[in-house]
Amino acid sequence: MSNYLPVLLVFVISILVAGAILILSRFVGKGRPNPDKLAPYECGVEPVGNARERQSVKFYMVAMVFLLFDIEAVFLLPWAVVFRGVLKSDVYSPLKYIFYGEMMVFVVVLFVGLIYVWRKGILEWNR
Amino acid sequence: MTALLLEWTIKIAVLLGVLMTAVAYLTLLERKFMSWIQLRVGPDRVGYWGLLQPVADGIKMIFKEDIIPLEANRAVYLAAPAIALIAALMSMIVIPYGSQVNVFGRVIDLHVTRMNVGVLYVLALTSLGVYGFVLAGWASNNKYSLLGGLRSSAQMISYELAFGLSMVSVLLYTGTLDLASIAEGQSGWYGLKWNTVQFPLMFVFVVFYIAALAETNRTPFDLPEADSELVAGYHTEYSSMKFVMFQVAEYLNLITSSSIATTLFLGGWNGPFVDRFPLLGLVYFGVKVLALILLAMWIRYTVPRFRYDQLMRFGWKVLLPIAIINIVITATILLLRS
Repeated sequence: MSNYLPVLLVFVISILVAGAILILSRFVGKGRPNPDKLAPYECGVEPVGNARERQSVKFYMVAMVFLLFDIEAVFLLPWAVVFRGVLKSDVYSPLKYIFYGEMMVFVVVLFVGLIYVWRKGILEWNR
Repeated sequence: MTALLLEWTIKIAVLLGVLMTAVAYLTLLERKFMSWIQLRVGPDRVGYWGLLQPVADGIKMIFKEDIIPLEANRAVYLAAPAIALIAALMSMIVIPYGSQVNVFGRVIDLHVTRMNVGVLYVLALTSLGVYGFVLAGWASNNKYSLLGGLRSSAQMISYELAFGLSMVSVLLYTGTLDLASIAEGQSGWYGLKWNTVQFPLMFVFVVFYIAALAETNRTPFDLPEADSELVAGYHTEYSSMKFVMFQVAEYLNLITSSSIATTLFLGGWNGPFVDRFPLLGLVYFGVKVLALILLAMWIRYTVPRFRYDQLMRFGWKVLLPIAIINIVITATILLLRS
């Protein structure tokens, strides 16, 4: 437990540093706002349209596929950490092969999923 | 307990001080290195050899006008650079800079804390850093910022998979998530125990490094924030110190990725005579991180930028399958060796 206290400590100190920087720029920089400076920047022309329009769905698709493979990575992490320990210990030998084979089946299934996503064209054209 | 608290506070303060100075002088190093590659002399007017240039730049940035666009969502607009900076700063506390030093009879470890899930902590903070960029793009209420922010975050999450899965290959070898133990496990044997030299892991290092460059929006993968595309991407509407916070966060991410790469692959603080003079560990660590950063800068000034669809195709169709196949090969080799 006391191993994680520095995380809280560095979080508080970082917030103080970031806050100090924000406040510093607020009070030290001169402020002479005029409406042209405060408008959204569009290479010098009048802004056309609203920024809150609909965006393309391909970003959402990428996020979804990332989520699936991230879950796979989450399952792979604990298995990878104990893999060498299991191989070195003296358990019943076929059990080691089952330990290895089971995760390989999982990886192969997800790899087939990647190929499916690939063939469906989600990773394609505008990306 | 209070002695421990004091020790942590001093270590964190020293670490933040060193990191901020390092980021400032990395901007100078980048400009100097870029100019040497382009056969010209870089900034050298401001101090001897340009060494006061970061100070001058910092003071200039503080005095610039702080513009907040009229239509921006204020709370998110102000919080986004803070999120990027905080996530970048927090990941430096688990990295081991050396083994142990003896100061006034008290043994001090040269890392701020030793978590037994160090690698997971770093992965989590890298994922949190993406929030800063996408929120900045959205809160600016500018079409180009929004597009730049979305593209930047889509790129970061795509390469994060290769980043994490290549770390899984290393974990198969080390058997622990604790970064300090991973660095200790690579000591001895005149550098032959470094993880890059082990057979399946040398290719994983290349995959990891490329994914790290793409993750930090750097070098050939910096389309979302390049100056001639999409104006300036997610930090178009930011001025003065908030812009500085984004740049600091970007350089900090580069330093963090290089530090993780050194710890996981290049043996961390190990080197000759480090068991007799523990402070040499700091020197070796610094040299290795600097070498990786210079390599990143070298790649930046040599390789042309990728187009966005080429970038995404590379991340999903090349790097991700290679990372997965690497895991299979490493596990098979370990199984056959036992």
